[in-house]
Amino acid sequence: MVSYSWEVIIFKIIFPSMGVTLLMVLCAAVLSSFFGFCLSVSLFLFGKDGLSPNEKYYTALNVVVSFIRSFPFIILAISILPLTRFITGSVIGWQSAVFPLTVAATPFMGRIFENCFKEVSKDLIDAARSFGATHFQIIFKILIPAILPSMVNGGVLSVIQILGLTTIAGTLGAGGIGASALIYGYQSFNDKIMYTLVIVMFVLVLAIQLSGDYIYKRIK
Amino acid sequence: MITIENVHKYYGTVEVLNDINITIDDGDIYGLIGRSGAGKSTLLRCINGLEKFQSGTVVIDGVSIHALQHNGLRELRKNIGMIFQGFSLIERKTVYENIVIPLECWNIPKAEQEERIQKLLKIVGLESKRDQKARDLSGGQKQRVAIARAMVLNPKILLCDEATSALDPKTTDEILELLLQLNKEYGITIIMVTHQMAVIHRMCNKMSILENGHCMVSGDVKEVFLEQPQALQNLVGTLECNLPETGINIEVLITDEAVGQAFHSTLSLALKKPYKLINSNLTHYREGVLSAFVINVSEDLQKDFLEYFHANNLNYKLIERV
Repeated sequence: MVSYSWEVIIFKIIFPSMGVTLLMVLCAAVLSSFFGFCLSVSLFLFGKDGLSPNEKYYTALNVVVSFIRSFPFIILAISILPLTRFITGSVIGWQSAVFPLTVAATPFMGRIFENCFKEVSKDLIDAARSFGATHFQIIFKILIPAILPSMVNGGVLSVIQILGLTTIAGTLGAGGIGASALIYGYQSFNDKIMYTLVIVMFVLVLAIQLSGDYIYKRIK
Repeated sequence: MITIENVHKYYGTVEVLNDINITIDDGDIYGLIGRSGAGKSTLLRCINGLEKFQSGTVVIDGVSIHALQHNGLRELRKNIGMIFQGFSLIERKTVYENIVIPLECWNIPKAEQEERIQKLLKIVGLESKRDQKARDLSGGQKQRVAIARAMVLNPKILLCDEATSALDPKTTDEILELLLQLNKEYGITIIMVTHQMAVIHRMCNKMSILENGHCMVSGDVKEVFLEQPQALQNLVGTLECNLPETGINIEVLITDEAVGQAFHSTLSLALKKPYKLINSNLTHYREGVLSAFVINVSEDLQKDFLEYFHANNLNYKLIERV
């Protein structure tokens, strides 16, 4: 077992891997929030109590969402490797990991946002329709303002989920905290690094959760 | 004017509206009353196109809503405000932010938005609550915000779906007073769905009673209560079970307040014959008072009493024991 000083652990291992992890989380969170939001709006629009109910479209989207969510992330990431290579030009590095992370997180995010939309009382939607709001206006002027705090809560849950997935991506060549914990900790039998990285993960989760709670309280 | 003709609506195979025919004139306050599941709310929602119906026509000021496409329907809804039992506000938004939404949806200029909202806040008595979040308001205040939001586009028609059902009696009174004020000042037509007979009494000049999707009775509120049709009795119940077992029971309905007040003494003095007063009831309507008396007389005196009622032009009927 190689022994590392705290200085090396902090500046050569933890900081760089934390940076990579945060970049992966940030990019995947932004992309999956956008696509997840689009997906949730579609699910809500075509759902039974939606603004334009369409059983065919809803069933198709529902099957796709459930299909992707049924994959364990590691299997999903491996099975879409050719697509990842086609889109990002590589299968190694944090940039390449953003694609499978986004694919995995989008249905999760979509489902969470869809449930937020479903929370809204039917009367509120009817009230909006009754004064002549368009579907676009109902979504952006009525529903989103009404469910924003719930969306933030759901978003926080998803970002923490993505953070967890980045550690698995790390084992597939993405780098980051997962890769460091595996290489410098687990495979090198170095508990010091291993548990330090666990604490770093805990701090990151806590920071995301507390930030989310703060935003929730501000906008509620 | 709103004309509803031969409207049928089905949910699957269940017919929820069966051949509904109603005419509502401009400036009316029209009550739709019936038991839960009678089809009142569905009928109300057919008027602004929130519900589609399978056959029949709903014509509003000469425009048949059946023929309207998306934009036409939007344009029509601009003239029809609607309020709901559950207020339907965005709880985390302020009073102002809730009321401004319809104006933003119709791209009304900012200056005009401000002017209209200020005026409405004054009418609904919420000027001081302008920047308060909806969740911090009482039920009555929330309904006032909902009324202001429904009125902000200056509609000609206001649909009220059980608007006072969730409110206590005093607040209900205040909301009804506000609606009356809006009807008087702006000539707005109000259609109210309710299961509270007191709301019909106090507010409406015309009414329909719905029963299992059928419109059983339509007409002036006063006339409906004078005629006491079966549908009304089904709704408010009857007195038969409390009637004495002997003698004849006569119900007398009087629309003149003074005559109603003097009925008991006048009858005693005029006929000088014995009778028992079984029940008396005074109902205040929007356009007057209806006094209802049930008296019990012996069979040999029946003729004298009926002749007296007939001669004095009093509305009466014999009530049979069940």
